[in-house]
Amino acid sequence: MTSRKRIVIVGATSAIARQCARLWVKDHPSDIILLGRNEEKLAILAADLKVRSPKTRIPCMQADFINPDHIQSVVNQIYQEGPVTMVLIAHGFLPLQKLCQENLNLCREALAINALSPVLFAEAFATHMQKVNKGTLAVIGSVAGDRSRKSNYVYGAAKGMIERYVQGLQHRFSHSQVKVILIKPGPTDTPMTTHLKESGRKMAGVDRVAMDMVRGIAQGKRVIYTPRIWRFIMGGIRHLPYFIFNRMDI
Amino acid sequence: MVAVHSWGRLSNQEHRVTMLGDRSQAGTCVKNTAPGLAYGMGCSYGDACLNPQGTLWLTTNLNRFIAFDGKSGRLRCEAGVLLRDIQQLMVPRGWMLPVSPGTQLITVGGAISNDVHGKNHHVEGSFGDHIIKLSLVRTDGETIHCGPEERSEWFAATVGGVGLTGVITTAELQLRPVAGPWIHTETIPYRQLSEFIELADRSEAQWEYTVAWIDCLAKNKARGLFTRGSHVHEKECANEKPRALTPIRSFNFPVMPPFSMVNRLSLRLFNMGYYHLKKLKSGEKISHYEPFFYPLDKIHNWSRMYGRKGFFQYQSVVPRDSGYDVTRAMLKAISQSHEGSFLAILKTFGNRQSLGMLGFPAPGITLALDFPNHGARTEKLFKRLDAIVREAKGRLYLAKDARMPRAMFETGYPKFHDFMLYRDPGISSSLSRRLMGS
Repeated sequence: MTSRKRIVIVGATSAIARQCARLWVKDHPSDIILLGRNEEKLAILAADLKVRSPKTRIPCMQADFINPDHIQSVVNQIYQEGPVTMVLIAHGFLPLQKLCQENLNLCREALAINALSPVLFAEAFATHMQKVNKGTLAVIGSVAGDRSRKSNYVYGAAKGMIERYVQGLQHRFSHSQVKVILIKPGPTDTPMTTHLKESGRKMAGVDRVAMDMVRGIAQGKRVIYTPRIWRFIMGGIRHLPYFIFNRMDI
Repeated sequence: MVAVHSWGRLSNQEHRVTMLGDRSQAGTCVKNTAPGLAYGMGCSYGDACLNPQGTLWLTTNLNRFIAFDGKSGRLRCEAGVLLRDIQQLMVPRGWMLPVSPGTQLITVGGAISNDVHGKNHHVEGSFGDHIIKLSLVRTDGETIHCGPEERSEWFAATVGGVGLTGVITTAELQLRPVAGPWIHTETIPYRQLSEFIELADRSEAQWEYTVAWIDCLAKNKARGLFTRGSHVHEKECANEKPRALTPIRSFNFPVMPPFSMVNRLSLRLFNMGYYHLKKLKSGEKISHYEPFFYPLDKIHNWSRMYGRKGFFQYQSVVPRDSGYDVTRAMLKAISQSHEGSFLAILKTFGNRQSLGMLGFPAPGITLALDFPNHGARTEKLFKRLDAIVREAKGRLYLAKDARMPRAMFETGYPKFHDFMLYRDPGISSSLSRRLMGS
């Protein structure tokens, strides 16, 4: 019999993270530690998971997502109670590019939440994982990080940084039992992307994306594109010569 | 703006869509973006879920469970939870929704606001009969908690109220205990309408579920297949092979053909084939609940087979005493028109009214038919059917309707004047504008 899993979800109230959590508790009761900024929302999610899996333990932790000292102490606290099987770092927000250009405060917030904060969390967990030589660390990036374009390059740059960072971590842990996974969802139908839907964009369902993620993480894939078609689309876009790319209205 | 269609795909007009993120903020969001209309899975066939050029509040993200009491079987959840999610979670624990319509891919909020029914109406009534409580946010910012015991007039207006009294955000449901996922079913071919009635009457005492498919093209005869079922009891369940409870293996109807694949020739072939094939396989068997309750969920987007123009569903209920003659007259009119449908369903409702002011189920016989949209030709048939249903003091189902005249709505739903008192002035749909003037 395998021992009980201990899973940490950072940014647990996001639609994708919520769906992943549901899949994780579906078959086996585990311990799921939910980290988020809003306590009320965390409690609502915990209640949902509890109905789905009454034997799962679901402690919730409210955290500041920018303050390095706070992040360090929250992660230390989690490890004090035992090692972690898996961490999913899922938070992010999609600002309107135009507003980022007009308002540097928003621009900074987008970079802080989408790039800086996930890196700080990942680094804090990585240190502990290295000590015990065990654990899986999955971070949600985005296909937008593959090549920046005029309609969302602030977000794209932040997500691009996640990719470079994860690359480094993967290198660092290449000879250990610690696995580091980068997830790159395409546009997904969540509250975060309602304004894309408004512009008539077709998007993947959260169920599908979460299913791909949970499966990919279980298989220990290095990079997970979801839906898979994005691997090929972005492959093409990354390799377009700049004189063609720069003429495109995307 | 996003093009949105309902299940019948009769129109594909632009809407502004706003996703309701979570229940604590739903009220504010609704208030700030009103006027609008709640939209769940878009499985209403006609225009009950549409509000072209206006706002739709998407409810599918309100999909959290809140609490479940394993002793009493009471489940509290948000209104965007799918019936499928409830079934898949609860059946292995020995609980099930007491009422299941033909698809489980609909939200709890949609099931309440259309007061959906299933094959067991004569035993369990309709969906609204099993709601203990619900909360409704109004566009003026007020939240109303109501149920059969508490502010029951609001409850009666909301059950079957096609979303016009407010946005349902949470509900508390009473589930029913079941021994397992297995249903004991029996399929019996019949060749006369009178045979169907007799079978239905005879089966109601012994069997929980009854329904019939009818070949509406068969001349002079009403041949079809009568299906009945009951839950398998605990002892018998033990003999069944344990089987994992996975979602039904389904596939997507991949393309939209330029014209309807349902035409006179294909229909005749299909109906004949279906009847004879099923007749061969008739008799008793043990079935899993999913294919028994939700046969159509196997093919996602099956409504695409009707092509770009979409299709109508016509579902009526007429009182029991005149039911036989009325149904015969309707089938005759359909047969003469050479229009017809694959999915012709005949069922008797039990002796209870929907508790909703605009609820559809009532004692009598209900007939549901799909018709490809052939424009004026189809409407001509509907006018004939309308006349027959009206004369019999019957009504049409709002969840299916896209075209009934206002006068027919008013005679079919005599409580609509009471209902109007509870409408939310900030909510309006194509259906409400067509049938209620606003």
